[in-house]
Amino acid sequence: MAHGPAKGFTRWLYTTNHKDIGSMYLWFSFAMFLLGGVFALVIRAELFEPGLQIVEPEFFNQMTTMHGLVMVFGAVMPAFVGLANWMIPMMVGAPDMALPRMNNWSFWILPFAFLIMVSTLFMEGGGPNFGWTFYAPLSTTYAPPSVTFFIFAVHIMGASSIMGAINIIATIFNMRAPGMTLMKMPLFVWTWLITAYLLIAVMPVLAGVVTMMLMDIHFGTSFFDAAGGGDPVLFQHVFWFFGHPEVYIMILPAFGIVSAIIPTFARKPLFGYSSMVYATASIAFLSFIVWAHHMFTVGMPIAGELFFMYATMLIAVPTGVKVFNWVTTMFRGSMTFETPMLFSIAFVILFTIGGFSGLMLAIAPADFQYHDTYFVVAHFHYVLVPGAIFSITAGVYYWLPKWCGNMYNETMGKTQFWLAFVGLNVTFFPMHFVGLAGMQRRVPDYNQFFADFNMISSCGAFLFGAAQIMLLYNVIATIRGGKKATAEVWDNPEGLEWTVASPAPYHTFATPPEVK
Amino acid sequence: MASEGTYYVPEQSKLPIFASLGMGAMAYGLASWINGDSANIFLIGSAIMAIVLWCWFSTVITENMNGLNDAQLKRSYVWGMGWFIFSEVMFFAAFFGALYYIRALALPWLSGEGSHASTNAILWSGFAAEWPLMVTPDMAVNGEAATMKGPGQNMSFSTAESIWTWLPFWNTAVLLTSSVTVHMAHTALKNANHKLFNIWLGVTVLLGMFFVALQIAEYSHAYEVGLTLETGAYGTTFFMLTGFHGAHVTIGTFMLLVMWLRSVMKGHFTHDDCFGFESASWYWHFVDVVWVGLFIFVYILG
Repeated sequence: MAHGPAKGFTRWLYTTNHKDIGSMYLWFSFAMFLLGGVFALVIRAELFEPGLQIVEPEFFNQMTTMHGLVMVFGAVMPAFVGLANWMIPMMVGAPDMALPRMNNWSFWILPFAFLIMVSTLFMEGGGPNFGWTFYAPLSTTYAPPSVTFFIFAVHIMGASSIMGAINIIATIFNMRAPGMTLMKMPLFVWTWLITAYLLIAVMPVLAGVVTMMLMDIHFGTSFFDAAGGGDPVLFQHVFWFFGHPEVYIMILPAFGIVSAIIPTFARKPLFGYSSMVYATASIAFLSFIVWAHHMFTVGMPIAGELFFMYATMLIAVPTGVKVFNWVTTMFRGSMTFETPMLFSIAFVILFTIGGFSGLMLAIAPADFQYHDTYFVVAHFHYVLVPGAIFSITAGVYYWLPKWCGNMYNETMGKTQFWLAFVGLNVTFFPMHFVGLAGMQRRVPDYNQFFADFNMISSCGAFLFGAAQIMLLYNVIATIRGGKKATAEVWDNPEGLEWTVASPAPYHTFATPPEVK
Repeated sequence: MASEGTYYVPEQSKLPIFASLGMGAMAYGLASWINGDSANIFLIGSAIMAIVLWCWFSTVITENMNGLNDAQLKRSYVWGMGWFIFSEVMFFAAFFGALYYIRALALPWLSGEGSHASTNAILWSGFAAEWPLMVTPDMAVNGEAATMKGPGQNMSFSTAESIWTWLPFWNTAVLLTSSVTVHMAHTALKNANHKLFNIWLGVTVLLGMFFVALQIAEYSHAYEVGLTLETGAYGTTFFMLTGFHGAHVTIGTFMLLVMWLRSVMKGHFTHDDCFGFESASWYWHFVDVVWVGLFIFVYILG
């Protein structure tokens, strides 16, 4: 295994190298992030002013649907899998992922899945227009014919996630270097282990629910049709049994990234390592028993409402443990504020805001007021954008010098951070206000009453979008050149990945390192 | 090659990209076929997939025969198969969950239970929950004009008939026996008795085929007496659960058949190196356990 990468473009098609595959995941994710971002900007452009000006309502629905699907399944999840591919083998001292050929397969089916899904936009009757949650009967009885293609695209994405997760679990359980006990693993590895378990548990349920849709649409079953004895609410239960663990799939690896970065730039070990592990496991467990808080207004028995309300509020406990641990890690540290640290601190603050609005939504009687308003949109964008997106960005800046051997442009990185930080708050903070005032989600037109805040939101969205171009430029420039990075890159960071050269050799740890 | 390290990391491989192409063509082709276009793309995709899987498995087998797979790599395969089976369990859980929800919650609510009196009075007046659901809400309201009609007959066990003539009982007997025989095969292999291994494994494959034949007989009987996929919630859950199970039995039988052919024709598997057979047998035990769940919740308590 002494040799380097193969020549030519077939390197990328045939590769079994975790670093190659990690890079492909990350580039694919960034492409999808830009595509999903364009869809979002179509939405924000339409909502710039009240009234209909740019797109038809039908197309607006397709944009909200595709924005959500592309961001969740195309941008956030593959980005985390890409980071896992790059970092987990290096962090546990393994020569590669446990099953390298399957690793390639789980990446390369993704472009096919998204090719199918995005092609639905050009089909007769248009693409999926029923929201990223694709509730029946909107997605069954009233769906465009392209829904069949959407269903099979989702099947492929699920297969990709399951194979990726199996690979990660096998790598973590089977490939650790001697001495790397479970409680010595970096938190990024721990959070991914738990995320992989969640993925294997719930992606098949997603496959199940789209299969039920397929059968109802084409083969006359009545899962979601009350006339035959089924129930459209059944769709919501099965979907959210997948959907709630899914939102933690998009945030647990983020916790791991931030738990790696904050100690480095606070120059202190992470406070409460083992409590971080237990908190992550608790959050994962709770994620399976809170799903119906997404459907408080659907007409559940009062006992159900109460159970899901209290179970949901319980999540604040382990999440609070994490936030306090990050804050305590920084407390009295000799902190510096390089780009990854800025993104991580913003993560802690803004994710906490999103968590608090989540607590508000968890209160069932209050949720009856917030349901289906922009307050919900504000809430989940506050956990996903500064949560998932900021942590991924932080991770990219943090590990980029290790990947390509060059330092990125710090000034440009910081500038990008502040643009993104301002852009995101300007976009999403006003949504709390218009939501509480009653503005509904997923509607292309709105009362003039909401005009000012919406105009502000739209301006922020374009600013946030522009900031991402700066990230792209900075990454490409760093790959092409720049100041050489040392093996350690940062000031005494913890972890095996910093013991190998920068850039990391094509094959690392062919013989496992000894961990004390 | 893996000469320097102990863990075998394969060289570049053309298998995954062609498998991706095959899977993409299968998905796109199946969707267009279902939407009314020709099945050609799906068939081409399936052919690509079949060829790739053949090549992939033979590659892995050859690597193992050449001694490239150390104990650690074999453990990776064990983890992989174990978690794959867990994902299958969760797939079935979704359908068992749907059965539970429809039967225990949705139908009583449609008949006005709890706070749902007006649902029944205004939307589905006259509907009364029952399981197996023979009279759908649509029939309760619209009578003969209903589009969502219930089944003519159901497959649940009724005390009127003898258990010895009840097909699902024999299905259960066949599948449970096959789980025992596959275990006997494993024991024989562990004792390095290849001849006995081939016999027990062959018996298991035959039992698997017999089970599928019985399922086909039951399905054709069901369609004769008016129980179809389109007969409301009962037909839906009955056929989806038993259908996906039957599909898994078919796959499992095929897997075991391949293992049998490998053993008989090529003399593969030794007492300390038989992961291919072992993983197929785990899969077989898994479909067996799912059947026990089906037998209880679909047939007995049906």
